[in-house]
Formats: sequence, C-alpha cells, structure tokens
Amino acid sequence: MGQIILEAHNLSKQYRLGQIGTGTLSHDLNRFWSKIRGKEDPYLKLTEVNLRDNKEMSDYVWALRDVSFQLKEGEVMGVVGTNGAGKSTLLKLLSRITSPTTGEVKMKGRISSLLEVGTGFHPELTGRENIFLNGAILGMTKTEIRSKLDEIVDFSGCANYVDTPVKRYSSGMIVRLGFAVAAHLESEILVVDEVLAVGDQAFQKKCIGKMKDISKGGRAVLFVSHNLSSVTNLCETGILMEDGQLKFQGDIKNVVSRYLDNNSFENQQFYDLSRYQEREGTGEMKFTGIGFYRNGEPSSSICVGDDLGMKISVKSDKAMKLKMAIYIYRYDETILSNIENGDSNFEIEPFVGEKTFSLTFKDFNLYTGVYKVGVWMGDAMSGQHIDLLRFCGQFTIEEGSELVKRPLPQQSGVIYYRPHWEEN
Amino acid sequence: MSKEESWSIIIKPEKSLFSVNLKEIFKFKDLILLFVKRDFISIYKQTVLGPLWIVLQPLLISFTLTVVFGYIAGIDLNGAPTMLFMLAGITVWGYFSDCVLKTSDTFIANQNIFGKVYFPRLVIPLSIVLTNLFKFFIQLALFIIFFVVYITLVDTNTGVQLSWQLALLPILIILMGVLGLGFGLLISSLTTKYRDLRFLIQFGIQLAMYASPIVYPLNTVPEKYQWILLANPMTSIIETFKAGFFGETFAVFNWFHLLYSIVFATVLLFISIILFNKVEKSFMDTI
Repeated sequence: MGQIILEAHNLSKQYRLGQIGTGTLSHDLNRFWSKIRGKEDPYLKLTEVNLRDNKEMSDYVWALRDVSFQLKEGEVMGVVGTNGAGKSTLLKLLSRITSPTTGEVKMKGRISSLLEVGTGFHPELTGRENIFLNGAILGMTKTEIRSKLDEIVDFSGCANYVDTPVKRYSSGMIVRLGFAVAAHLESEILVVDEVLAVGDQAFQKKCIGKMKDISKGGRAVLFVSHNLSSVTNLCETGILMEDGQLKFQGDIKNVVSRYLDNNSFENQQFYDLSRYQEREGTGEMKFTGIGFYRNGEPSSSICVGDDLGMKISVKSDKAMKLKMAIYIYRYDETILSNIENGDSNFEIEPFVGEKTFSLTFKDFNLYTGVYKVGVWMGDAMSGQHIDLLRFCGQFTIEEGSELVKRPLPQQSGVIYYRPHWEEN
Repeated sequence: MSKEESWSIIIKPEKSLFSVNLKEIFKFKDLILLFVKRDFISIYKQTVLGPLWIVLQPLLISFTLTVVFGYIAGIDLNGAPTMLFMLAGITVWGYFSDCVLKTSDTFIANQNIFGKVYFPRLVIPLSIVLTNLFKFFIQLALFIIFFVVYITLVDTNTGVQLSWQLALLPILIILMGVLGLGFGLLISSLTTKYRDLRFLIQFGIQLAMYASPIVYPLNTVPEKYQWILLANPMTSIIETFKAGFFGETFAVFNWFHLLYSIVFATVLLFISIILFNKVEKSFMDTI
C-alpha cells in the first residue's frame, strides 16, 4: 500500500450539554431579567433540572476522544460502531463541517465528503445545471465537470432527462444523479456516509463497484455504514468506535467481529421485552417476553438436531386481527428466515389481555454460532407495524450433537442438511 | 517522505483570527458563479412576469414615493423632478438593502448545505452580492433610460445636468457592495445565536431608508441635524450618486463625507469577516 495521505492525531470533540443560549435575543433578555430578580430560569426544561441534580453528570460531553489513525493511499477503511459512538462526529470533523476541540488532522490532496447525495440540488434547475452546481459544491472546477459530463450522465442513467428540471425527477433518479456526480470526483480522499442505503439493488452494486475502482486508482475511501455486509464487502481495514473512542483498529473482519461481540446480547433463556426501547409500530399490542427452550427445557443453547422451542408473550389493548412473524438472523445480521404464523396454518384470534404462544422447530439444523431473533406483529389487512423489535434476543447452536461428526464453524455454512443418500 | 510541508490540508482547533484564505475562495470561483446563476434562474423561473419584476419593483416603489412624498406631503426637492429623484435613491438603496437582507440569512438559509459539505462559507455571501450586482445593473440601466427620456422628452427645463461625480460611480458601486456585505456578514454571524435578530433587521432596514437621503435631499435637512444623517455611511454614497446625475445644485458632494464612508466600509468588512470566520467554524454545533 502507498504512503499515508491522512493522519488524525488525538482528535477530540467536546459538546456542551443543555442550552447555551435560548436562540433568541428576547428569550435571553428575559432569562437575564429573571436572573437579576433572583427568579428561576423560565426556559429551563424539567429534564435539565434533573440533570443538575445528578451530580456525577458533567455539563460537557466528549463526542470524540483522542482518536488517532492513519489512512494510506488506496485504502478503503470502514468505520463501525453503534449509534452515538462518534462516527458522524468523526466524519464531520474530517469533512471540516465543524472544527475539533483538540487534536489535528493532516491530509494530502483534496478531500470530498459525501454525507448526503445531491447536496445543494435545486428543484428548478435542470439535471445538467444541477450536475455543475453539485460538482462545484463538492469542489470540482467547471472544466473538470465539463470533461466528465458525459460519463456522469451515463453513470446516472438519466440521459433522457438531463434537460428536465430536477423537481420532475423521481427520488431514485435524484439519488442516482447525485451519486454519479460524487463518483466522478477527483479528490484523493473520499469520505462516504451511508449513502448506499438508498437506491435499488442494481444501483447499490454499481456504487460499490465504483468505490472499489476508486480505491484501485490509488485514492483512499473512508466509509461509514450500519450495513455490516456492505462494510465487509467493500473495506479492507476498519476502525471500531465506541463511546467516542477508537476501540480497535485493523483488518475489517476482526473489526466487525469485535463489534458484534460487543453488541450481542447476553445469552438468556428469557428476555423481558416489556421495557424494550427500540420498538416501532402503533403499540396497540406489545411483545412482553420471549423465551427459548431446548427439547422442552428452558435453555438458550441447543445442539444440531434438537427441538428448538420459543415462547412469545403478547399483551393486547385492542382486539384486532393480526399477523405475527419471527425473524432469525445470522451473527452478521443477515436475515436467514422470516417465519409467519400463517405459514403453519395457525390463526391468531383477536384478543384483549395477555397471551403466550409457543413455537416448536423440530430437528433444528443450523451451523454452530450465535443467532439473533427479532419479532413483529402487524395488522392482518394492511400489514402496518403494530409492534416491531428488530433484535430482541439470541440463542446459540453449540457443538456436541451426536448427529454431527465434524466441526461446523460459523464461517463455513449456515444450514446443516442431512439428506438421504443412495448409490444407484 | 518529506515532513510537514507535504500536507495540503491541516485541520486544527483554532485558526488565526483573520485568516481568510483568498486562494481557497478563488479556487471556488466557479461555485460562486454557479450560485449566482442558480439564484437568478430560481427566483424568476416560475413567476408570471419573470425578470420583469426587477424593473417593475423600483418603478412601483418610486411611483408610490412620488405620490406620497412629492405630491401629498410636498417635500422640497430643490426643484428636482420628483419621480427621477425617487428612482435614483431607490435604485441605489435597493442594491444595498438586498445585499444586507440576503447575506444576513447566510447561515440559517444554508444550514442544510453547510451541514453536509465543506467549502469556504464566504462563497455564499459573495455570490449574493454578485447576484444583486447583476440586478443592480439592470435597474441602473432602467434608471438611465428613464433619466434620458425624462430630460430630453418630458421636461427639458429641469436644470438637471450631469456632473463629474459620475466618474465616481464604480467606486460607489463597490462601496455599496462592501457595506451591504459587511452589514450582512455581521448580522448573519449574530443570527446564529439570536434568531429574532432577523426580524429586527427586516424592519430596521426599512427604517434606515428614511434615515438616508432618499425621499428628501440632504441639504433640506436643518444644518444642526445633518451630522446624524452623515453618520450613516450610505448618505454620502447616495448624495454623490445624485450629484453625478443631477448636478451639485440638487445634492451635496463632499470628499470628506465620501472618505468617511470608505473608511467605515473597510473597517466594517474587516470586523465582520473576523466574526464570520469565528462563527463559521462552530455554528453547526450551536444552530
């Protein structure tokens, strides 16, 4: 690999909690007046009062703390971390949207950041005019854009519409046009935030291909995404962020597995879901718990060929016809199966109150490893989410089954088939 | 590998106070021009009368002022043709006030772009001043046409005559742009913290119009109050403009007054750029 073209040294960013100013002059004057008279601050919110009571909490928070890393020519580095780990802050600092509190970054050549596709697009302008505008915003000169115009239009697949105002474009077309401009940037360093999450499958593939080409051309890419499979697909190296700090740096496979280790659930036989936070849906019914059983006994680890049981408790405030589904994911959050009650000809009658449903998977055949589970309830007619918990539990498949005569590491497969063999 | 010199970009917590990277802004000159083009196209693309508005607006305002102040209130204009007098003032004032109002919105109107991509933030105010300059040239052309038609066809006996101060017009235009930019930058930097300042400015600029010799000539103001008007840096610009077109009987020209405006504009621009630079780095965290 080539020489270092980006070096971040002890990069930190501090934010102050609570209100700095109220945002308007009149409010600030009002606050000042209350202070003089010894009255309470009229704009202090209740939560902030609570914060004050909490003595250990300081007013300042480090969104990023002493992060140092290097990026070499031709390197594609993935940035992995949970929400609030400091990924976005890092990108903002690198793309000079805000400045760091301490530390410094040195770069060679130009840097372009793609935190959003099609920044600055104006609906009244035509596709062609927007290509020039967007390109210039991203740092290209007019001559550069003109020389690449045909390529850009070609890549976007919007050739027939370049002289139509962008306001008449579909959202997909706008995204494609935006990425096409970005993909033809000449900068030595490219910072990309989850822009791939948009656009259809074919276009996503095209984007990943283009990013790989970019890195082959000797330029460096820093890529942030929650989609672990595209990170592993695209990047060679990675950094793992956690609570604003750089926790681990190295080969992307190691980074991803470190990330998953940190973020897996504790293996439990029963998960109380009544206080689960990250749920989506109307909430008219709620999942309250999920438990795992091995051959009828509570256990979250089973062996190949065992019967896997699940017990799912639901609390309902409104009697309505519903569908229920259980998702099973592999360790890297690739979905393996989406199991609906209707598939087993099982009807759930409308009810109010609490009910528990049992599922039994006979002769469960997956490779060893950790598997995550998610649950969903939806309106039987519209399919609207009533309650969706993407990841709410996990179970483990362990070695030790008598049916398995060889090791089954998780990288070597997913489903353990034992078909009937015959010699003819 | 060589040491420090080979780095092309260094991001550090603090920049020096007055570090406008002119080279960097020059690199983005294409962007400035594209913003100008965008603003022009987007403003007038879907309006019924299109670019005609640029011409109609000053005409309608001057007409109103002529009726209200010329005929109803009967302000003494030293005998200058009323409509022409108002149009001159409105044309000059329009450029200044547009520059102030539009640039003062820089951070808030563009926070979307600013939050996603980096380019020298000064690009936006500069493009606004340029956009308005184009608009001003069109309106100036309108004024000149109106002027020529009036003194040759409508009324040949106005006593109006061109004067040498007309040669100062380029300086006046630059001065207006600098003043507009300066005030705009200053306000835009402050509005990131105090949003309601924008409303204050909206009507503040209207009030300021009456504190400038637009609907009345400077020399009709009692001598002992003239200093108040002269403290306004726009006063000498407007007066010089009128002196150039109408002759010195209708307006006051004074080198010291003009010099004051030049010094004022330079100092203002200097201070406001420092402030703008300071805000530019941190405003995404506070807005």
